[in-house]
Amino acid sequence: MDIRTSVDAAKMSPLKLAIYAGLCLLVFIAPIWFQGFGQLFLVRILAIVGIYVMLALGLNIVVGYAGLLDLGYIAFYAIGAYTGILGGLPLSHWLAATFPQYPWLPGMSYFIMIPFAALAGAITGITLGTPVLRLRGDYLAIVTLGFGEIVRIALNNNIFGITNGAAGLPKAGESVPKPFPLEWLQNHLYFSWPNFGSTGFNFTFTANVYWYYIIVLLCVFTIFVVRRLDDSRLGRSWTAMREDEVAAASMGINITGAKLYAFSLGALWGGMAGITFANFQGFVSPESFTFMESVFVVSIIVLGGMGSVPGAIVGALVIQGVPELIRGMASSGLLQTLTGIQVSAEAQSAISNYRYLVFGALMVIMMAWKPQGILPSKRRARELAPESEAALDESNQTLYDAQHDTAHPGEDR
Amino acid sequence: MLTVTNLKTCYGKIEALKGISLTVNEGEIVTLIGANGAGKSTTLKTLSGQLVPTAGSIEFEGVKIAGLPAHKVTQKGIIQVPEGRRIFSRMTVLENLDMGAYLRSDKEGIKADLEHVFELFPRLRERLAQKGGTLSGGEQQMLAMGRALMANPRLLMLDEPSMGLAPVVVETIFEIIEKLNQDGITILLVEQNANLALSIADRGYVLETGQMKLTGTGEELLANEDVRKAYLGEG
Ligand SMILES: Nc1ncnc2c1ncn2[C@@H]1O[C@H](COP(=O)(O)OP(=O)(O)O)[C@@H](O)[C@H]1O
Ligand SMILES: [Mg+2]
Repeated sequence: MDIRTSVDAAKMSPLKLAIYAGLCLLVFIAPIWFQGFGQLFLVRILAIVGIYVMLALGLNIVVGYAGLLDLGYIAFYAIGAYTGILGGLPLSHWLAATFPQYPWLPGMSYFIMIPFAALAGAITGITLGTPVLRLRGDYLAIVTLGFGEIVRIALNNNIFGITNGAAGLPKAGESVPKPFPLEWLQNHLYFSWPNFGSTGFNFTFTANVYWYYIIVLLCVFTIFVVRRLDDSRLGRSWTAMREDEVAAASMGINITGAKLYAFSLGALWGGMAGITFANFQGFVSPESFTFMESVFVVSIIVLGGMGSVPGAIVGALVIQGVPELIRGMASSGLLQTLTGIQVSAEAQSAISNYRYLVFGALMVIMMAWKPQGILPSKRRARELAPESEAALDESNQTLYDAQHDTAHPGEDR
Repeated sequence: MLTVTNLKTCYGKIEALKGISLTVNEGEIVTLIGANGAGKSTTLKTLSGQLVPTAGSIEFEGVKIAGLPAHKVTQKGIIQVPEGRRIFSRMTVLENLDMGAYLRSDKEGIKADLEHVFELFPRLRERLAQKGGTLSGGEQQMLAMGRALMANPRLLMLDEPSMGLAPVVVETIFEIIEKLNQDGITILLVEQNANLALSIADRGYVLETGQMKLTGTGEELLANEDVRKAYLGEG
């Protein structure tokens, strides 16, 4: 009954469909292209951006849909990452010892551990959320911020004697097993055209390419789930709750329940992104989970547009992709080849330090100029924009018709 | 239908309800009148589960509901139109009405009730696509009532529906309250506009600083000396 936002191929215009298809092709081709021309760092950056897209979409459930400001989201990411390594390593050893006839089996440990890492995130979310979700607005933000720092400090102090403190995991001498079927792909998927372009085209299926595709698949899955959520009964209850908790409760919405759902679903995605990040890096340490990371994820959502899926992608590209790109281009010499600008080592570190300044300015400008974000969700755009009668009419007509069963799918007015 | 016995509710240390009792029988319009700050809204908020009573009991159709959270009370069929309307101001009129039917899944029934709401409040049909917050006060009251009706209430509790409205609009609203009652919805009406409320009510209660002062039929209270002096601006 709510306004439908799902991507419905039948409803899309040919132009839109072509754009979607083009983007999908681009996403598929990009790593092959970059890898083939030796720009390995670009594949890596895209994979990192993908992880931030997952994080942003996960946090979006909490901040964008349910309207709860969570400044410690990165804690769930950390818990997923550590669960992934702490559970995955022993699991892979055990698999190797118990089933020596299946040498590929230890490589499955990442996949086996995904649900556990996600669950660890969700359980932590519920544990934190149950007492804390009675707090409103600023108070919730402060408590979650504190929680994020507590988790990081606990990891740093080798809590329970298992996290290996600041040195991180896995410990020296151990390593995360190669995920299945990376070995096979590396040995079988390579091609090379020495005369292609000036540098030649040499593609091998590296670990970065592998993780890129895994992360893209996870992002697609996330987008699917998040869109369904937004359209669901739960999504409607979040929208109402965001507006007026008292009124929402008297409509029959269980406020505590709706909040807890949002919080734990968000945490679940944090955990899933965390284990993926840990396996992708092959290493975790507390310094990956600072408060700044939480800020980045919130910034991605705010910049891209709260509650918006394309917004999260664009936000992640801008906040996480662009600085990495500049840094990567500088250190790989690509920047010099392309622009002729010589970038010294000091300048490189200055670039990464000044990014905070640039972000700050960017956020201020965005809030003044386009508070709904770069690519806002339809609902948010309406909430924040002055009345646009045409847009309202259009969305409401479909809603009204849906209730009167007069509209047919795929039929525009 | 609803039996309230010795209900006490506190805000921190302040006891806003000092043990009130009231009953609402099926099919009645019962009104609760009293001056500003008497505890009328507190009573409704306690009945609807928004506040937890410190003592006393609330029984709805034989089931104890005191202390139940608001969404559970709604499930029982008690719907509140809160003071100040509290419509979802950034949702459209239709989305507001749609939220009212949140607990329901009977598509046919929802459709029929939506039509019914539009018959009662033709204004809402005209404003279908408008954001709730941009409606006039009277339209917002209509929307709040329409939204409550979408929940298919058995007991409808209204907190000062006449507040801040032009006399003509108040008249319309009260006519609709009577009509809803004739259609079988039991009504608990909180009002400061005692004259109007008592004129449509079967029975009334007079609340004063958290205590029940008087009770009687609408006519009795309208004729009562004290009531006339204190609430009808006479004498
Ligand atoms: N949230 C609150 N905190 C503290 N005191 C309150 C609160 N709400 C109401 N009160 C007090 O409780 C008493 C009853 O208020 P209320 O039920 O709103 O009165 P009415 O609806 O009859 O005007 C008043 O004295 C008011 O000041
Ligand atoms: Mg009041």
